[in-house]
Amino acid sequence: MTTTAPSSTSTATRLRTARHGNRSLASVVFLVALWFALAFSVLCLTVLLVDAFLDGMTRLDANLFTRYTSRIQPEAAGARAAILGSAMVIALTALLAIPLGVAAGVYLEEFADPRRWYNKLIEVNLTNLAAVPAIVYGMLTAGLALAIDLPRRVVLSGAIALALLILPVIIIATREAMRAVPREIRDGSLALGATPLQTVWRQTLPSAIPGIATGAILALSRALGEAAPLLLLGGLVFVTYDPNGLMSGFTTLPIQIFNWAQQPQEEFRQAASAAIIVMLVLLLAMNAVAILIRNRYQKRW
Amino acid sequence: MSLSGSSSGSTSTTAPSGGPSNRTSPRRGVPPDGFDPAKALRRNQHRYGERVSFVLLAGSAGLTVAVTIGIFLSLLFPAIDFFREVDVLDFLGGDRWAPTFADASFGVLPLITGTLWTTALGLAIAVPFGLGAAVFLSEYAGERTRKVLKPVLELLAGIPSVVYGYFALYFVAPNILRDVLHIGVGTFSVLAAGLVLGIMIIPTVASLSEDALSAVPQALRQGSYALGSNKMRTTLRVVFPAAISGITASIVLALSRAVGETMIVALAAGTRARVVSSPTMEGQTMTGFIAQTATGESSPGTLGYNTLFAVGLLLFAITLGFNLVAAAVVRRYREAY
Repeated sequence: MTTTAPSSTSTATRLRTARHGNRSLASVVFLVALWFALAFSVLCLTVLLVDAFLDGMTRLDANLFTRYTSRIQPEAAGARAAILGSAMVIALTALLAIPLGVAAGVYLEEFADPRRWYNKLIEVNLTNLAAVPAIVYGMLTAGLALAIDLPRRVVLSGAIALALLILPVIIIATREAMRAVPREIRDGSLALGATPLQTVWRQTLPSAIPGIATGAILALSRALGEAAPLLLLGGLVFVTYDPNGLMSGFTTLPIQIFNWAQQPQEEFRQAASAAIIVMLVLLLAMNAVAILIRNRYQKRW
Repeated sequence: MSLSGSSSGSTSTTAPSGGPSNRTSPRRGVPPDGFDPAKALRRNQHRYGERVSFVLLAGSAGLTVAVTIGIFLSLLFPAIDFFREVDVLDFLGGDRWAPTFADASFGVLPLITGTLWTTALGLAIAVPFGLGAAVFLSEYAGERTRKVLKPVLELLAGIPSVVYGYFALYFVAPNILRDVLHIGVGTFSVLAAGLVLGIMIIPTVASLSEDALSAVPQALRQGSYALGSNKMRTTLRVVFPAAISGITASIVLALSRAVGETMIVALAAGTRARVVSSPTMEGQTMTGFIAQTATGESSPGTLGYNTLFAVGLLLFAITLGFNLVAAAVVRRYREAY
């Protein structure tokens, strides 16, 4: 043993320092490049957040929340209409998209026979829909509004556009949450005489609710930040009143930011970054709630 | 599915054995007197509510197909009206885009070159950085590093595109491109828009590629190590090729997102539609044109309104093509381990 020890260490050393070892120049350069790729993303995120914060800090006051936007007083322009509009549109979007999305997800995961052509069609279509550009959903809503004689610039139209946009996301989240519920729960329920629908309603769906809630909140946070489909509904940029119903005109935070960022005045630019801070804080809060639900209520089977 | 199969079994079940003797016992959880299990079970045969609910569920799923048809129709009808007035070949082949001018011209090539530049620049950023991040997270990072870094990528993915647009217009263009790199860009440029677009789609490439890399079985890596490869060689020669279908799909999806992204290009790329020949130029993309024109006044039925939908139809066709390619790549080349 003692005689072989020196030779084995020398082999090990030779292997470690070999041209193709993990510490060869190429390997180290490769690893540094990978590190750099990731560090770049983190750096971008940091710079973006810090930049928005520094630009908007001075305008982050009560005016932003209590005043409307103004053409003559850019230094006092507020985002009140946009904040209320966003809240209202997102609430309505949730009402429209969550029941539909969950129902469709339940059907696809629990009842649909994947061998049938129409269910295959729905599957393929769903993956496609999830990748359709957001702005196209605006065009769909504009066309729909024209067809059913609905005004384009109202809360209801905006909510329909955003609901259609996030519907595939909610369906996919629902399916994943349902799939995580073990088979035994369903079999047990069916064996006790429950119908398939009772099984879904009393067993599978309640077990999947934390996952669905997480997915739905993340989808709504996407809807909150999305401006492109709403642009197609026309106007929406200069709103100086509170939205007060389904058929009321409105604007939302991302649209207000878009509009302010296009103005030449420095004050509007600062207002835009202040509104960005408000929006990011809202998004972060929604994400935090989603993560909290996931960590707290999700069952581990 | 098998669920509906077992349901028919449950409805035809007759009275459970030992039912009558249980009914008289005073234990908890036992139905009161006069309860006939056989009758209760037979009631299941006429559950109209069940039928109605089932139809409602299937209807919601079917609605997604209706959405696609709706998208197609709502783009098609105004586009048909548009092509009644403008020749298809003039639209696709013309290199002058001036829909609002007195001598209007509807050559869409300027918009396509704008889109090509921003998309190419975006991918030039997103593919190397996204893949690098994916490889690092999947092959090199420890459990703790992953736990910290994955949420950062998710956060990057969750930031609204209008915020990226602001970032491109007011930070990247003046501070990075002009002051640090001394590139002669104006307020608007496809360069700033494309670079920031790339940052935005890094998470798309990274997270989908990481899924693909993580799905490669450990045995392949161990086999490679056993043959004497180091980690880099294993990653590049074994893991990467094994995951190439998922990686390709992630890149094609990122491509489709880059083509369809609106707010960044609407803010930072500019509004002058002309054939873009250099990245420092200002240019308008297809989505940028739609966003720009839609915010103005355009009422349904006019040529200006129909123009939007003609461009929208082209955009939809392009992204649909990419999405189908991505789906086909995954289906065709997926290695099932």
